[in-house]
Amino acid sequence: MAIGKSVNRIDAIAKVTGRAEYTEDLYKPGMLVARYFRSSIAHGRVKNIDVEKAKVLEGVEAVFTFKDVPENKFATAGHPFSIDPDHQDVADRLLLTRDIRFMGDEIAIVVAQDEIIASKALQLIEISYDEYTPLILPEDILKKDARQIHKGSSNIVGEHQYSTRDLQVISGDVDDALEKADYVVEGNFETVMVQHCHLENHIAYAYMDDLDRIVIVSSTQIPHIVRRIVSEALNMPLSRVRVIKPFIGGGFGNKQDVVLEPMVAFLTLKLDGRAVQINLSREECMTGTRNRHPFHINVKTGVMKDGTMVARKMDAISITGGYASHGHAIAAAGGSKQSSLYPRMATKFHARTLYANIPVAGAMRAYGSPQVIYALECATEDAARKINMDSVEFRLKNIARQDDINLLSGKKILSCGLADCLLKGKAFMDWDKKKKEYEKCKSGPIRKGLGVACLSYTSGTYPVCVEIAGARISLNQDGTVHVMVGATEIGQGSDTIVAQMAAETLGLAYEHVRVVQTQDTDVSPFDTGAYASRQAYVVSNAVFRAAADLKKKILDHAGLMTGKKARDLNIINGKIVDTHTNAFLMDMKTLAIDSFYHKERGCQLTADVSHKTTTNAPVFGCTFVDITVDIPLCKIKINKIINVHDSGIILNPVQAGGQVHGGVFMGIGAALSEELMINPATGYIYNNNLLDYKFPTFMDLPQIHHDFVETFEPTSGYGNKSLGEPPVISPPPAIRNALLDATGVSINSLPISPHKLFTAFKKNGLMVSKGDADV
Amino acid sequence: MFDLKKHMKANSIDHAIALLLENPDARLIAGGTDVLIKLRNGKPGFSELVDIHSLEELNFIQQDEKNNILIGSGVVFTDIIQSDIIKKHIPMLCDAVQSIGGPQIRNIATIGGNNCNGVTSADSASTLFALNAVLEIRGKGTTRQVPVSDFYLGPGKVDLKKGEILTTFKITPENYQGYFGYFYKYAMRNAMDIATIGCAVSLKTKKHIIEDYRIAYGVAGPVPMRCPKTEKSVINRKVSKSLLDEISQTIETDVSPRTSWRATKDFRMNIIKELSKRATKEALLRAGEEV
Repeated sequence: MAIGKSVNRIDAIAKVTGRAEYTEDLYKPGMLVARYFRSSIAHGRVKNIDVEKAKVLEGVEAVFTFKDVPENKFATAGHPFSIDPDHQDVADRLLLTRDIRFMGDEIAIVVAQDEIIASKALQLIEISYDEYTPLILPEDILKKDARQIHKGSSNIVGEHQYSTRDLQVISGDVDDALEKADYVVEGNFETVMVQHCHLENHIAYAYMDDLDRIVIVSSTQIPHIVRRIVSEALNMPLSRVRVIKPFIGGGFGNKQDVVLEPMVAFLTLKLDGRAVQINLSREECMTGTRNRHPFHINVKTGVMKDGTMVARKMDAISITGGYASHGHAIAAAGGSKQSSLYPRMATKFHARTLYANIPVAGAMRAYGSPQVIYALECATEDAARKINMDSVEFRLKNIARQDDINLLSGKKILSCGLADCLLKGKAFMDWDKKKKEYEKCKSGPIRKGLGVACLSYTSGTYPVCVEIAGARISLNQDGTVHVMVGATEIGQGSDTIVAQMAAETLGLAYEHVRVVQTQDTDVSPFDTGAYASRQAYVVSNAVFRAAADLKKKILDHAGLMTGKKARDLNIINGKIVDTHTNAFLMDMKTLAIDSFYHKERGCQLTADVSHKTTTNAPVFGCTFVDITVDIPLCKIKINKIINVHDSGIILNPVQAGGQVHGGVFMGIGAALSEELMINPATGYIYNNNLLDYKFPTFMDLPQIHHDFVETFEPTSGYGNKSLGEPPVISPPPAIRNALLDATGVSINSLPISPHKLFTAFKKNGLMVSKGDADV
Repeated sequence: MFDLKKHMKANSIDHAIALLLENPDARLIAGGTDVLIKLRNGKPGFSELVDIHSLEELNFIQQDEKNNILIGSGVVFTDIIQSDIIKKHIPMLCDAVQSIGGPQIRNIATIGGNNCNGVTSADSASTLFALNAVLEIRGKGTTRQVPVSDFYLGPGKVDLKKGEILTTFKITPENYQGYFGYFYKYAMRNAMDIATIGCAVSLKTKKHIIEDYRIAYGVAGPVPMRCPKTEKSVINRKVSKSLLDEISQTIETDVSPRTSWRATKDFRMNIIKELSKRATKEALLRAGEEV
């Protein structure tokens, strides 16, 4: 039995000994390096560009500009292809551009023998621009006479709304419900652009193994999608592109986008198949890849005196930056979570996604939900406080329960442990006692408070996108198995989970299951990749079916060997056993050797399954936090924090805990310190480096606690639901709510940095210049 | 990859001086935690390096016969933190250098480099200001001594002439014996960060009277600074809570923080005032006073 055990990661030893090979470790003889020439302005058009001096610098192999690339716009978002043309991604990108849409836009590229020569060549490029006023704030972007960042777009990438009235799942118009509510609480909430900061920057190289086919090695979450988009960008048949994914040093969604691959493919095509690598610096990675969409959200909540929330109306603006990338899908996904978290009230969600002259926003861990649920859970807190109800009690009264109908999907929620999550978290914090104790800590320079926030998320993208996963399992001559999946290991541990699943169903020891770790679109089964916290959920049914199929073939062969009926046999701990007599018949190796080498019977025993998942299980969770606020120093200290999750059956407790800790850590960063700082007038980015971008260090984090409420999700192969992204969602609103509890000050924008606290405390008269020296 | 044109390893102080004079465009590199960043960023003037990293002549912490504490410019921060001499006599210097970067940085970055870099945010500087440290500088056949407060000439500029090397920090006994100090670094993160404000207080009390008081800041002006008006107003005063408030008011007249995108002047001033209270209070507590 491998499920539910904290087995060691299958890549643990390779990683800790440094033997795991990442893209940068791989090398082709004579490989060239390419570096982008990026715009120094945020909005404009190139008047003139002169690359002659760069071209003649010794060691420079080629320089290409926007004049040299195909006039073929393509979409970069790592979504599965959509057969419905209305649902396809916005194709607004060229390999290089003359029109400048953000500071750092890609105008030209230098290919040289090494990076120093390439950097010197960049300095020899002469350029002049026609400059336009950067459009950064929504009110400027939406002005009637505002310049269109992309012609014909009106600067709007997408817009949609849903409401309970239109869906007719529950009766009720949101405006009527707000009208009838005892109170209406309204708030405006803002989130900023933050960055994934995955350890391994974006890197890719390409070469041609003959004159027909391009091979791309890339640090990507989506090898099969990369293959399709490169073929679209370069107008070449998909089968002529081969994508290899080695070990990956994290992605968090930033590699669920096709960023470098079309360019390295283009360059190797132009350079007779020579290998060309692009290895972005951290500074480039933070502005030239993708970031999280900033949101502006208005939330109106209707609440009754007895604590029932009866209406929720939301209006959101999402900023996608210079190019669409994942575009409006982020706001749509984020907005859907209200319907699974609080499914029993009249609801309306409206959102628009805008272009702006800031870096491009794309997929990032939890895909719109951190922004929307931040606003929702701040608003929920304000509603609870309006009627003087305990924050936990209030949520328990309103949250989703098992068998509720998800408003948006119309589907019954089959597993929901959120109420138990809240009760577990409440008990862990000793909530009632602490709350009483902290009543004395609401004045003076040092104050204390408690906060809570809930979350809901999904286990994939269905029915918005196809959910397809492939698994192939072969029995080896020594009685072990090899598993190939299209599910993409990017550091999150999916290969380990796949091995556990296969071991569980086959009846083999975990150590006897090998998962092929490098992916290669020429040989790996099709799967759309690592995103949407989908891997363990979507792959579970493919692995389960393939393992069950192989098991049947193994037992059939055992039947042939022993003359017994296959249905009377089983595999237990890697051995064939007669289930009637419990007698040991043979080990797996004996069976394997016979299947391979017996001259008349058997064959190589394999199973190959491609499976489409047509369900999408909602997951739930919550954060509880206990903080101290140092008012004169404008600092928040987290005394205690816990995330409790309902993610179905926990497949590997240590790995699951790791996911939660990583998510809480990212959530704390977004809550307190992280922000890509953009000059609102010029679009200039101040802090695209890890000194000035305040990503927390271990010294900034409290001990992180976690717990689970294990429900069984019937739509999944092993009862599991998603866990990768959800932990990042609820810490920011919980911390904001704790600050409100401690100081009475609502700060409705992230991050709650010392600068923001200073301004808010001053405004609310909390900064006293004299007295209160007892610190 | 670094665009390094010339790397010259010095095997003695004299050798380093000779190399600097022979190569007028060359710079010194010790730990490299500032120089290599500039080199990576393509900043001109850093592609020829005279390497004094791990030069034994610069690596010492000792107390001489006159009880001066001598710290070689090549001493790395980790060695300062672990030095029995420093821990015993000037623990506030341990506080200050403990706040720098992370363990890897502290294992390689030197106190000499931290100060020769010439920036107002140098975490060891304000403490050295409060201790009246004297810097010994060697040139070809010359040795001169410069108080740390005169060493800083302006942002990124220090009093080092061509062919000169900072060799030693000297702290005389009249500047540490009987003194108690505290260093407070305020930054946006608790590690791997640049100080928003650094504050060092060193003081001496007798019968609840403050006999001497020194307060120094980093990032409160273009170079690290002492606060003479505040210091004068505190000396010979009785320890009290209201004195702390008074210090936080007077300090405004000594400092000149500026607005940058990293922090506004108002914000920095608020922190300067608050840290004056907190660092003074902590120093007084270490001196055995009650506040």
